[in-house]
Amino acid sequence: MFELIDTLTQTFGPSGYEKKVAGTIADLLKGKVDEIRSDALGNLICVKKGSGKKIMLAAHMDEIGIIVSYIDDKGFLRFGNIGGIPPLMILGQRVVFENGTTGVIWYEEDIDNMKNTKLDKMYIDIGANSRTDAEKLVKVGDLAVFVGETVEQNGRIISKALDDRIGCAVLVQLALSRPQTDNEIYYVFTAQEEVGLRGAKTAAFGIIPDMALAIDVCDTGDTPSCKPMAVRLGEGPAVKIKDHSVIAHPKVKDRLINAAKEKNIPYQLEVMLAGGTDAGSIHTTAGGIPSGGVSIPTRYIHDASEMVDIADVENAVKLLAEFVKEMVH
Amino acid sequence: MMECGELLKELSEISAVTGRENMAAEKIAGLFREYCDEVRIDAFYNVIGLKKGQSENPGTVLVTAHYDEIGLIVTGIEDSGFLRFAAAGGIDAKTIGAMEVTVHGSKDLFGVIGTKPPHLIPPEDADKTVKMEDMRIDIGFDGPKARELVRVGDMVSFRFPVQELLNKRLAGKSMDNRSGVAALVEILKELRKVRHEDNVYVVATVQEELGLIGAFCTTYNIRADLGIVIDVCHGDMPDCPSDEVFPLDKGVAVAVGPILNRKHTRACIRLAEDERIPYQVDPEASDTGTEAAVHAVAREGIPVILLSIPSKYMHTPVELVAIDDIVSTGRLAARYIAGRGKE
Amino acid sequence: MMEVFDLVKKLTAIDGVSGEEEKVRDFILSQIKDYVDEYHMDHLGNLITFKKGSGKGPRVMLDAHMDEVGLMVSHINSDGLLKFQTVGGIEARVLVGKRVRIGEEGIPGVIGYKPVHLQDSTERNGAVKKKQLTIDIGAKDREQAEEWVDIGDTVSFAYDPVEFGDNKLMAKALDDRVGCAVLIELLKGSYECDIYGCFTVQEEIGLKGAKTASFQVMPEVALVLEGTTCYDVPDTKEQSMSTLCGKGPALTIMDRSVIADRDLLTYISDTAKACKIPYQFKKTISGGTDAGRIQVNGTGVKVATIAVPCRYIHTPVSVMDKSDLENMLRLAKEVLKTLPAAINLYREQGGKQYV
Repeated sequence: MFELIDTLTQTFGPSGYEKKVAGTIADLLKGKVDEIRSDALGNLICVKKGSGKKIMLAAHMDEIGIIVSYIDDKGFLRFGNIGGIPPLMILGQRVVFENGTTGVIWYEEDIDNMKNTKLDKMYIDIGANSRTDAEKLVKVGDLAVFVGETVEQNGRIISKALDDRIGCAVLVQLALSRPQTDNEIYYVFTAQEEVGLRGAKTAAFGIIPDMALAIDVCDTGDTPSCKPMAVRLGEGPAVKIKDHSVIAHPKVKDRLINAAKEKNIPYQLEVMLAGGTDAGSIHTTAGGIPSGGVSIPTRYIHDASEMVDIADVENAVKLLAEFVKEMVH
Repeated sequence: MMECGELLKELSEISAVTGRENMAAEKIAGLFREYCDEVRIDAFYNVIGLKKGQSENPGTVLVTAHYDEIGLIVTGIEDSGFLRFAAAGGIDAKTIGAMEVTVHGSKDLFGVIGTKPPHLIPPEDADKTVKMEDMRIDIGFDGPKARELVRVGDMVSFRFPVQELLNKRLAGKSMDNRSGVAALVEILKELRKVRHEDNVYVVATVQEELGLIGAFCTTYNIRADLGIVIDVCHGDMPDCPSDEVFPLDKGVAVAVGPILNRKHTRACIRLAEDERIPYQVDPEASDTGTEAAVHAVAREGIPVILLSIPSKYMHTPVELVAIDDIVSTGRLAARYIAGRGKE
Repeated sequence: MMEVFDLVKKLTAIDGVSGEEEKVRDFILSQIKDYVDEYHMDHLGNLITFKKGSGKGPRVMLDAHMDEVGLMVSHINSDGLLKFQTVGGIEARVLVGKRVRIGEEGIPGVIGYKPVHLQDSTERNGAVKKKQLTIDIGAKDREQAEEWVDIGDTVSFAYDPVEFGDNKLMAKALDDRVGCAVLIELLKGSYECDIYGCFTVQEEIGLKGAKTASFQVMPEVALVLEGTTCYDVPDTKEQSMSTLCGKGPALTIMDRSVIADRDLLTYISDTAKACKIPYQFKKTISGGTDAGRIQVNGTGVKVATIAVPCRYIHTPVSVMDKSDLENMLRLAKEVLKTLPAAINLYREQGGKQYV
């Protein structure tokens, strides 16, 4: 499992540029599912055929990052955000471009109020001496992602991009385990979630499943003086009740809870006040698709060092295996 | 046949917190059955009534009004048995202190939202508003018992018996948009009296307060030639700009604006003039934020009219409406639908 | 090449605030009728045209929106002044002291503001608020105003286009009549792809028309033709300038509504290089266009946006450079001509199938 997570989290794939991640996953699942295809937005859709109901499981491939908007005379880069990036959190972080170029994020030091710092007061230093120098390595419009290696320690994993490569890992693991069921399962690795849940929309429209789940991350409430939230690391995958994009369909939610109870799989209930998931956009696709989610409790979401508990990940795989087996009514 | 005020009273006191309308779908369906040829509840708990038209080749009119209500959702249970909560739908924390609520746990539980007594509020905090995250629901049980009865994610609705005020005005919770649902029934009543060519779908929709979700489903699944949306607009209140609020008892507010179909809206206003149905004009320069925005761009686009019932104090437990406005809304919509074949 | 510039001048002289695009649509229809195989208007008011290709290319949607930002009368005061709401994004400070036309008849009016002599110190130093502004049509009282104006009437800026300076044009509604003019000209050519030329409505109030238009067209590829933000005036840091006037059509890599399809974008910029057409990438990522709606239509669409940089966008005095317009037309034309081969190449490279 660690190896899989390491491979997936360290593959370059900011929103809109998920091809490498898709390629990696397609290689892993080749021959293990009945069909693999992609669509115009770059979603990767892997199908296990069946005569039963269609169940769509979605995990997004894209990660947050930055886009270069301008290169100045001295070779410093200005940038915009891809997905939600709190400015204070990225100071001093490293970013890496697709071609391996590394940069450091710093800020214009004459600003008065650090707390209200905006991205347009920040820059990336790639060590270039001039614009021409910089342009040998990076062009306007190039994307970079944050640097954060994958570490396993005390049953926990720390890495960048666990949001949502951990969801991708869960789905890959589930697909490889080949759950025996008549239901038709769509393992969908979606594009452009971080910029507005876009890929899931077109993927769902192409499938029109009977039911869908987003496998993504959720916040926890178990760190010093954090915002209260009734989810803790290591106490099981979270069954989504509500996030900012969706209130889970009652039947989907109940089916997950029943599956967990029957098989004694630990689980928690998630009410997340900020942040949405692909479930939100699948929910309203075409004439409406009953949707919910299974979330991996994750600390420090959108930081370069996100943290999950490996047992939660394994239990999520077990829970989903149960979920897809049961007949849909 | 129930009189409009009685019906609204009953509707107001139903609990159907947004996203969990399964609590009430069957009740709404029951109301429609008396007047419709077919009634069904879809996978999202939209309640769909069909009243067939007399034409051999009928068109389709789709009338929607949402029946979900704003409420609260339990986000945590303290060791002391108090419940933490967040909003489901747009709620102003200033309006919910000292409210009675029903917690929809493993059974319905009575609760109150506690507030700090003024004696204990330090003077420097006197002018500050209390945030929702600092409020608690008291259900009168200790921690272990509370955890047995309530889980994270359980919904909470407000309790508020309808108050009958002067001039056939009612105040209560969820007038947004049970007034609209009452208007749907008024439409059905009117349509029984007249011949209409088109098939008419009246739909009580879900999850409007979460982002018009029921309307997305409905407008995609029912291919309509004309859409009519019924919702509430702001009644006139002190300190509010005169172009954004509408007096009560002056009739239905017919919206005009880019998203609303010009031909139908004009014809509807002409009809109100001809039939002396009281109405007012509601200028909406944006996409209105109502289900009309969804109708307009569903599939190939549905030409849509927006009719609104003025309600004071929106999203508080004392939303206040005038019964006559609901009746005029129902009448205008029904007459317009019935008049369609004759164009 | 004169043609497209003349079209912009004619198009910007017409009023078409969101929801009231009829006059713009009528003019466009008169220009393109003879060049397309089919056309229809949908419920929302989009003009959707079809030009059959030789069947070799993909289904291509070309999108330009007809509507412009403006105002709508929301209330008539007892003194005969008109209150209004804004249709689309307009800043209050832009509105002060402007001349307007109201309703189908184009009743003239002006937007007044309290003179500086009568403002208190907070008013003097503070920003103008929309709620303080009213339109004056000269009416004595509400009764007289009601004879001329209805609540719900749309209000456009009454500013005629002016050519000035070096190749510059000032006009209202350059966003997006420049796109409409380019699309009209494009429809006069012939191509291998099936082309759906869509003149859409209500972009400014939330990309409405593009949604229903793309649902009807179900395109594989879409090009959005726009007028975009440009702020290349002194005292602005170059990284905040968005685009530069006169430096060629702007390509959007990303904005708040869309990340342009990578292959399509590369193909467009490569085409520009090959044909020696100047172009630039837009430097800021704010704003949104119809591309955002079209991309997520159906099972997904490969989209890109090409735009003329327009200074002072969403005001009655926006400014563009003639060369940008002409270069945008050239570039779009070249792209359309060679698109089938490019898309086939993409397909061969395994864009669609992994197994």
